[in-house]
Amino acid sequence: MAAPQFEVPKLTGYAETPAVKEGASAHIKSFPASESVQAAIGFPGGLVEDWHDKAIAKMGDLLNRYRSLRVFMDACVHCGACTDKCHYFLGTGDPKNMPVARQDLMRQVYRRHFTFAGKYFPALVGAKDLTEDLLQEWYTYYYQCSECRRCSVFCPYGIDTAEVTMAGREILDTVGIGQKYTNEIMGKLHKIGNNLGLPGPALANTLEGLEEDILDATGAPVKLPIDVKGAEILLVTPSADFFSEPHVESLVGYAKVFHATGASWTLSSKASEAGNFGMFIGSYENMRRAALRIREAALELGVKRIVVGECGHAWRVAYSFWNTLTGVGAGGADPFSIELQKQLDSRYPAPQHICEYTYDLIQQGKLNFDKSLNDHRVITFHDSCNVARGARMSDMPGGQFVIPREVIKAVANNFHDMAEETIGESTFCCGGGGGILSDDLMEIRVKGALPRMEAFNNVVQEHKVNFLALICAICKAQFTKVVPYYGFDMSMVGGVHQLVSTAILLVDERENENQE
Amino acid sequence: MGFEINGKTYETDEEGYLVNLSEWDEEAAKYLAAEEKVDLTESHWEVINFLREYYNDYQIAPAVRVLTKAIGKKLGPEKGNSKYLYELFPYGPAKQACKIAGLPKPTGCI
Repeated sequence: MAAPQFEVPKLTGYAETPAVKEGASAHIKSFPASESVQAAIGFPGGLVEDWHDKAIAKMGDLLNRYRSLRVFMDACVHCGACTDKCHYFLGTGDPKNMPVARQDLMRQVYRRHFTFAGKYFPALVGAKDLTEDLLQEWYTYYYQCSECRRCSVFCPYGIDTAEVTMAGREILDTVGIGQKYTNEIMGKLHKIGNNLGLPGPALANTLEGLEEDILDATGAPVKLPIDVKGAEILLVTPSADFFSEPHVESLVGYAKVFHATGASWTLSSKASEAGNFGMFIGSYENMRRAALRIREAALELGVKRIVVGECGHAWRVAYSFWNTLTGVGAGGADPFSIELQKQLDSRYPAPQHICEYTYDLIQQGKLNFDKSLNDHRVITFHDSCNVARGARMSDMPGGQFVIPREVIKAVANNFHDMAEETIGESTFCCGGGGGILSDDLMEIRVKGALPRMEAFNNVVQEHKVNFLALICAICKAQFTKVVPYYGFDMSMVGGVHQLVSTAILLVDERENENQE
Repeated sequence: MGFEINGKTYETDEEGYLVNLSEWDEEAAKYLAAEEKVDLTESHWEVINFLREYYNDYQIAPAVRVLTKAIGKKLGPEKGNSKYLYELFPYGPAKQACKIAGLPKPTGCI
């Protein structure tokens, strides 16, 4: 796809709140899902006949299912604290990208149908009927939200726009309006086992090639085992790690860490995807179905531990929802969950993040590094939104912020954080999360990356930073594509375990053979 | 959606990828490359042909590492890297080269 034409924002060195430009991003819309794509994940394709009543009924269903949604609909006092917190508003100036306005697209319909005042005096309370035009507006603006939850950090009532967006997308899917990007991928995951649609033989071939590469480069016979029954650890990682640059560099890093301590581990062709796009569209059924593949694989392989690779949304689903979805962690009460809980080794966190796994080994002094091998890099770390605000890491408060940074500092000498208001809990989304990482949304992706690019540019200028370290496949893909628009080279983007991979010292067994 | 060359029609999806892999021929590749503003050279054809062969064997486009390695073996180590591939296909070897080769678009967090 040739690069789309639009004006790329200029970096000024300051994070400025833009002047409001009505409709500035109203034209940015992703391709709708076809009938077959929708059918594969259990939704109708094309606007259904009785769409109005179905949409309202679905909204009622969700309001009953999720108490939080009703609270979010009721609680907003329009104080405006969220207005300048969204990267898509900051990048476009479109007032409908203010989180409050994005929520109001649904809130006005909620009031019309689910509140006394709205039913009888709609004009007084800003209640509106759901029209086809409004539905299209939902489609536009609920797919210009990456569900990153930055706005909710600043909301005095804790209203979570991500949940509103998820509900909006689910209502849209229910009446036949789905997004091609997310829903097509969801279908591939159900059918083949990963978002890429990478079949088992291709995966095996790819892993074999990587083993050869690592052996050539290091002399260490690092393995990337797949479907090994009786292995202790199951690694579930985004399929992009098998396919793309720079993602694959982190996969090599995980494998080297496992190799260095002689860990017994395996990948799974059935659970060859950590990412779970079911969350993006608020579809509990699809999210559960995707998560269950991992439980099936864990039970079949008989593993004792489950470790999750560098994947932001995956980690949110794994850390926050796997317990009741699949029985990984406490909470699931069905027989398979109970079986899995018995099988997993309770001395280790279930699930465990790969950064947590590596950090633990570093603490124990079990890994050897030559930090100077990373001396050509000056590194900064971008907190991925769903790790920062949707999960934690280990039982340490703020572990999700501390652990990745400690891993980086253990393997490299040059590290500088970006401005405080743009990292940690207040991190900006990369601009491509939550189903926005689609080529047809490139304009919103580039503009939404503006706040992160400002903060990044400042550390580039000030500290000569030349490496943006990440722990999310979407962040990696998004920044690789987007940083060139802002004048940076795509080779500045990479993974935390890519840095580990560079510095880790492994025994060159070829040398030993020669000596013998 | 689609296009027509010398009376033969080719069906494409919204993003311009061929719907039916079997419809692909060199004429289609030339058309798709022109749409992408890519001037096809012998070097491009090397990549396109490898992609199609790999797809035939594995029903998926090769991972970028697999591709760079194969190109490196065939054309020399100085060409076995993603920088070389990006020079040929500026929008990214995976998506742009697949499109011209008539393969489905790789999807996911890529």
